[in-house]
Amino acid sequence: MKTDVIQLFENPYLALGVTIAVIMAYLSVNAIMLIWLERKLSARIQRRIGPQRGPFGLMQQIFDMGKLLSKELLTPEHANKLLYVIAPILVFAPVVALSSLFPITSTYIFHDFNIAIVLILAISGINVIGIFLAGWGSNNKYALLGAVRSVAQNISYEIPLILSVIPIVMITRTMSLYDITLAQDTYPFVLVQPIALIIFIISATAETNRAPFDIPEAESELVAGFHTEYSGMRFGLFFFAEYSNMIFACALATVLFLGGWRGPFLPDAVWFFIKVYALIVLMMWFRWTFPRLRFDQLMKFAWVVLVPLSLINLLITTLVLKIV
Amino acid sequence: MNSRFEVEQDPKSRDTYYLNMGPQHPSTHGVMRIKLHLDGERILSAEPIIGYGHRAHEKMAENRDYIQFLPNPSRVDYLGGMIYNIGHCQAVERAMDIEVPERAEYIRIICNELNRISSHLLWLGTFLMDLGAFTPFLYAFDDREKILDILDRITGSRLTYCYARFGGVILDIDDIFLDNVSNFCTYFVERLKEYEKLVIGNVIFRERTIGVGIFAPDLVQKYAITGPCLRAMGHAHDVRKDEPYGIYDRFEFDVPTQTEGDCFARTLVRMEEMRQSIRIIEQAVSDMPDGLFLAARVPRRIRPPEGDYYFCVESPRGNFGMYIASDGSDIPFRLKLRTPSFSHISTMPAVMAGTMLADAVAILGSIDIVVPEIDR
Repeated sequence: MKTDVIQLFENPYLALGVTIAVIMAYLSVNAIMLIWLERKLSARIQRRIGPQRGPFGLMQQIFDMGKLLSKELLTPEHANKLLYVIAPILVFAPVVALSSLFPITSTYIFHDFNIAIVLILAISGINVIGIFLAGWGSNNKYALLGAVRSVAQNISYEIPLILSVIPIVMITRTMSLYDITLAQDTYPFVLVQPIALIIFIISATAETNRAPFDIPEAESELVAGFHTEYSGMRFGLFFFAEYSNMIFACALATVLFLGGWRGPFLPDAVWFFIKVYALIVLMMWFRWTFPRLRFDQLMKFAWVVLVPLSLINLLITTLVLKIV
Repeated sequence: MNSRFEVEQDPKSRDTYYLNMGPQHPSTHGVMRIKLHLDGERILSAEPIIGYGHRAHEKMAENRDYIQFLPNPSRVDYLGGMIYNIGHCQAVERAMDIEVPERAEYIRIICNELNRISSHLLWLGTFLMDLGAFTPFLYAFDDREKILDILDRITGSRLTYCYARFGGVILDIDDIFLDNVSNFCTYFVERLKEYEKLVIGNVIFRERTIGVGIFAPDLVQKYAITGPCLRAMGHAHDVRKDEPYGIYDRFEFDVPTQTEGDCFARTLVRMEEMRQSIRIIEQAVSDMPDGLFLAARVPRRIRPPEGDYYFCVESPRGNFGMYIASDGSDIPFRLKLRTPSFSHISTMPAVMAGTMLADAVAILGSIDIVVPEIDR
């Protein structure tokens, strides 16, 4: 039976503090490890060796973090200081807030929320505001262009993303991530909703600004997009946010489509993370294989291909549920 | 407000703005600036601003004799250095009627074509990097490294060669070099198929390049477009075929053409050109004669007779021409370099207008500019 970790504590603030501390610690370590994984994986794809500092190159990221932490935090002269400073925090915060909702094992969960999916879809949209503020506040044309692209892209891809989640909610008749995982008792939902999973992965790749949808930070066009003017740990926060968003999106896909912690022999949490990291490797594979789409093609792909496809998928699901 | 931060603004409209792409920008391939007038993402007009890397090569030629100018041409275009170096020698040889031994001619052909492949490989890598694909860049550089190793062995340099001399080449080749070259040829033909699979077949690559950056037919005469850009528009013009220099008339090769004149056509033309270069190299390796590699009787002093001479070679980017005005002395009175990238960058206002910002990067990548060659 499940236990809410938050209810173990008498003091709700203490519970909140512990939860945030654990999640922050996990996300930081995870981001560092994912950067290592990405660099090693891209090196494999590109017939290189990759980072070599320490065993398996693991120390490279630690040194990089040290470098980022020791760098001066520059603020451009004509930037809007307030927006410029809060933007990286706004990009990172939603992921921290929402990570507590995921049921990693069948016994313990930070907090099982009965409308978790609505909460996730609503709050994960906040990071767009962060990105836009970063672009607007830094008073740089490249950053502004990147921010404008990012807003358009995120809003467009949120629609197919939501539309691909709805069939799952219709099948399970619940919005709690824990109950959705329980409902995948006999088979994971990827077997009944393969199209929804594909749409979800594509939209999630776009939502996290990963290649081939990385036009907000397209380095060959916009130098570095919305974070052109950021340095030091403020830039590091954007970097962390990218990898945390990745793990967030992949964890959501795992819970919704791949049966969450379910799997034979191994402990629950191991299965959960195996599935999550398999999806992450898939996303990294995309990045190192494909060129980047153009802005208008990207929008066309969302509105002309993904939205109708997910609507049709939704319609079919409705009909099947009605008949069965 | 401090004047340093005054922003250039279109007086007619507040909805449009200017964006300086460069002088330091990841996809200008050097120190060059393109002033883009943008309406959102759409380009209203583009103005290339050049000259940041001007090194006065033409003026340097007027201050030194022909032999002292030998290292310069390969610095003009550092990617096709061998072709420029050999082209300079051939220009002077033609002006002075210096005989070049057979073996030297064959060595020159092999070096020329290897250099052409290495230049095209670098173009392929950087072009795809401009489109956002990082992996082909490293593949291309890996293969290019093999060519550099081969040329390094005989010339002693990897990028800016100074291998040719008036009347031949400075050092002879050996059998190991020929083995290396033929091994590379068999290896590279297979690799080309891989590149085509990775690049040409990719849906996103096609989306990004087909119909993008079309050169209108009237630009050919207005701006003197040459090389792969011209061949991608359907004109089978190649100096190696049309007015063969050296011994290019002895080799069998095709001049690949496409008709569309867009970025995709230019890609196909260059991919096929690499294959044709391999064909030429294979023929040259199998026919390689023995003999001298440097003519025995080259005049001590290089003094082309008084008059004007123009000599043109096919560089990886187009026609590279050398116009020598000689007054009969050791030092050229004037030496004009006609470089293809300069002609091609001049077309940018006409080609870029009306496209998207991302297309500007794709177009700039697809015409394969080398900035020092523009600035000279």
